[in-house]
This record gives sequence, C-alpha cells and structure tokens, in this order.
Amino acid sequence: MPANAFNGFTEYGIGIGLRVPHYRHILANKPVVDWFEIISENFMVDGGRPLEVLDAILEQYRVVQHGVAIYFGSADKLNREHLKRLKRLVQRTRTPWLSDHLCWGSVDGRYTHDLLPMPYTLAVARHTAEKIRAARDFLEVPICVENVSSYAEYQASEMTEWEFLSEVVELADCGILLDVNNIYVSSQNHNFDPYDYLNHIPHHRVGQIHIAGHSKFAKYTLDTHDHPVLDPVWGMYAHALKQVGPTATLLEWDDRIPSFDEVHHEALKANRFRDRQLTPAAT
Amino acid sequence: MKRLKPTGSVTGNSPRPPRKIASRTQLRELQRVMANALFRPLTPEWGMQKRWVDGRRMHALASEFIKPNDRLNSFERLEIYNRQYWFRLLDCLHDDYPGLRAIVGQRAFVKLATAYLARYPSTSYSLRDLGNRLEAFLRDEPQWAAPREKLALDMVLFEWAQVVAFDGPSQPAISPDDVLDVPADRLRLNLQPYLSLLELDYAVDDFLLAVKARESEALRKEASNAVGSNPRTRNRRRAPRLPAQQKVYLAVHRHDNQLYIKRLEPEAFAILNALSRGETVEAACVMAIEASDRAEETDWPARLREWFNQWSTLGWFCRRS
Repeated sequence: MPANAFNGFTEYGIGIGLRVPHYRHILANKPVVDWFEIISENFMVDGGRPLEVLDAILEQYRVVQHGVAIYFGSADKLNREHLKRLKRLVQRTRTPWLSDHLCWGSVDGRYTHDLLPMPYTLAVARHTAEKIRAARDFLEVPICVENVSSYAEYQASEMTEWEFLSEVVELADCGILLDVNNIYVSSQNHNFDPYDYLNHIPHHRVGQIHIAGHSKFAKYTLDTHDHPVLDPVWGMYAHALKQVGPTATLLEWDDRIPSFDEVHHEALKANRFRDRQLTPAAT
Repeated sequence: MKRLKPTGSVTGNSPRPPRKIASRTQLRELQRVMANALFRPLTPEWGMQKRWVDGRRMHALASEFIKPNDRLNSFERLEIYNRQYWFRLLDCLHDDYPGLRAIVGQRAFVKLATAYLARYPSTSYSLRDLGNRLEAFLRDEPQWAAPREKLALDMVLFEWAQVVAFDGPSQPAISPDDVLDVPADRLRLNLQPYLSLLELDYAVDDFLLAVKARESEALRKEASNAVGSNPRTRNRRRAPRLPAQQKVYLAVHRHDNQLYIKRLEPEAFAILNALSRGETVEAACVMAIEASDRAEETDWPARLREWFNQWSTLGWFCRRS
C-alpha cells in the first residue's frame, strides 16, 4: 500500500520540513534525513539565495513539494502564473508527488494567506475536483490534497468533512495527504470522533501523512505546529498506519522552530514509532 | 426588496451569504462575504468589529453562514479567522520593514500597516510581495508616517529594493569581450533586474544597519540562557538616532547570492540611471559629466574605466531579456 500512484510509487520514510533557520546546519553537517518537504511558494522565485540553497539540498537529499496557495477550493479559476512557476519548480526538484490543501484562501484575486475551510456540498466537491484535475494535467505530477484544521463550520454544509474529502478525491482521482493532527484539532473544535474520520476515508488513496503539535485553549484547539507531537496524535498516527501501511510521513514544525537537532530527534522518534507499529507483533 | 450585487469591495455594497452552496456562483458569494469579514481591521482590543459594513450587527451576519458550537458562537468562530489574518500579515510586515518601524515607532507602524492592508489587500500568492505597494500607499497617504513622511518613503524604497535584490530575476551577465566591437555611441547596456538604483534624501542605509544590529542583539539576549542574561539589561543598546538629511545614491544588489548595498558617486549614479533608461554608453557618460560640478578636477577617462570595470565584475550588465 505505501507505494501508490498518488505518491509516484515511492517508498519514502520520515521526512522533515526544510526551514530557513536550519539551512546552515544542514548544508554544513549533512545530517541523515530520508527526505525534505519544501514549501513550494518559498522557492517559486526568480533567483538568488533561495534557489541556491535548494540546489545544494537537491544534490544531497530527496525533496517533496508541499504548497500553501493553489487554493483548489476557491471559486476563482486556477492562477495560471502560479501554476507556470510551480511547474518550473517541479521540473527542478523532480518531486515524485506534490501536495496542497483542501481549502480556499483567495477570492476575486485577493489573498487571505490562510487555509480556510470549505462548505461541504456536492457542487463544491465537483468544482474543487475539477480544479485538482486541471492542475494535475498541467503540472504532470501526482497530487495529494491535505485536510486542513478548522475552527468554523458553515451553515450550508450538507455532509461531514470526511465524506467531502472522499467525494473530492474520488472525483479528482487524486491522493490524500492525511494530516492526523489536523483531524484531531478539527475533532476537538467540531465535536466529532477523529477515529470516525480515519475509518471512513479511502485508505488506498493516502500518499503521505503529516504529524505535528497543536495548542489547546479554553474554548478551542489551535493548529500551531510549535511543539512536539502530542499523545492523542501519536495514537491516531498508529491507527492510520495500520489502515494505510508504512506511508511517507512528515513531521511538521513551523513556529518557534527549535534547533535542527531537536526537530531531527523528534523525526527519529517518529521513525522508531512507525517501525514499532508496523512490526507484526504490534498489529 | 432590491437585490444587492455581490462586490469585492469591503466598503462597497454589502453582499449576503447564500443559504445553499449549489453552484460556483454561490460559492463565490460565500467566499466574498467571508473574505470581506477577514479583511476588516480589528478593533483596538484586537477583536472583530461588532458592526458589518451596512451597520447590521456582525453577530447576525456571522450566524447566517457560520454554525455555532457548544463553546463558541458564530461571531467568535469567525473572529478566530479575522484575528489570524491580521496577526499573520502584520507580523510579516513587522519582519520585512524594521527600518520603517523604527522611523515611525511601533504603535504608529501597526496603524500604518493596518491602513495599508485595508486599502491594498494582498493580490499575490506569496507574502514576499506583501509590501509591493507600500511606496504607492505612502505617496498617496503620507499622513500615516507624519512627521517623517520623506524619511519613511526613502526607507520603504530601500527596504523593497532589498526584497528585489534577494530573490529577483537575473539575466546572463555580459563580459567586456561581448561588446568589444560595438562603438560607445551605439552601445547600450542593460542592468540586472535585481539591481535597484536609489537617489535618497536620507542615509537610510547606515540607519537600517544600526536598527538591525540592535534587534539582533535583543534577539540574542532573548535566546540566551546564560547566567546574567537579566531581562532588565535587555536592549541596553540605545535606539539609533534618526538620520539627518543627506543626499545619498545607492545601488542595492546581490553578488554570489549575498545582498549588498553600495554607495555611488553622483556621476556614477547618473550614468547607471541613464543606461537603465536605454541611453548609449557615450550619451550616458557625456550627460553625467556635463551635469557634474567637479568636471574640471576629475580624471574622467580613468574614473570611467574604473567604474565600468567594477560594474562589469559585479555582473551588473546583462543581455536584454
């Protein structure tokens, strides 16, 4: 199951997000990392230091692209200039698949720079799937869409988030980047059982998994990515692994970024955890 | 009842969120309402405004399209996104414009940035471009930087030039051999697109260096666990004095992918500026020297050779794109 059409038939292990504060350490020390995930938009530039760093990383490591601004769920059409730049980057990195979020974030050409939740209706699922197909045809690389964490639900929604996700990926014939932390965060904010979510998505379409830390406040839970993965998320990750197999997993840490060694330590922990879950005794 | 046409303007008509989302048009209507809610500035207490653009209670509008839960009502759930939008974008401008922030002061900077973003919401997928209309904004609405309007404008030009120099496009550089056979009266040289030439009334380059040094020191102290890193001793370095009026000519560029700021002599600036306008090398040099007030005392052939060699070594000349 891990190698599938949605992750380019690869068998990647645990990856780490490539972040600016770690550039120097990585390039100087060349730590053992199975793969790095890059934020596509940070490297969709015309020149200078970002591309120099990327090329140096590409000489040593495998890279997978993760985007934050295609906005498959926006009513606006796909931004052709964005896609052209993204395709140039795909050709540079040779990413075996790329991911972006199942969300919207811009309207009438104005950007919120946020990952906003979708209204869960069939018409919206069809519109979103159409845009994913168009992007994949243009970019010529498999696409996985990531479930986002959310803090609001729409009155107009007619189905659950996992039904909507399943509808979109089936219509688009694309993969899922399963963010188990996002499922947990949303389950806390919207009062559903996160295991219902995990149990009711098309497992064969999961091409990648994200795990991350979150923060609990009095009235809601926030997807902060600013500290280690918490126990409930490890539990869900174990459950997901049993359902989908040894899937490429990224440890996200995007805010209050600690030293590379600390992030690396957490990734190695995830690696050991994943191995334990996948040994026959654990199943 | 008159039906209101959906609009992209925050201050224009007041679209209503659709009850059902069964088409792309209805999806767009919902997204316009929500985006307009997010783009509206926060209250001084960092909360969502209580009234919508048409005077209705915001709580009533939010209830039309956001479900409440057992802990938060519709207004509060929408407010999370409204706050996230402003915190994210203000943070980004805070990081990208330390010089402007130091000139107008932290509180005035937040007001300026808020007014800017309210007038010019982002139109790029990349936050890198967030400040690309700050210059136009400050020219139109200089009162946000009062009483230091001109200094603030110089700093914005300088800080934006650094964004361009950091990751802007480049063209293949040309060497002297490439243009050896072209006479100076027909030779036109293009400048690298990442190179910005600035004629400023204040020495903002020195000032920004001092501001960044102070902020780095504060950050180092904040990150240190060493004994003696008493919070009361933080930021001991005094805030740098604002620069006095002084004409400076700057080239903001990169070399080996490192950012550099180079002060230029007035004539050198005039030559590069003329070249960037498409003048021939000969015309650019003649214009610059004729306009110079030190024409008599300078060995111009030697000086021109030196400058052109330097600029060529730095890779500033390139082919037409």
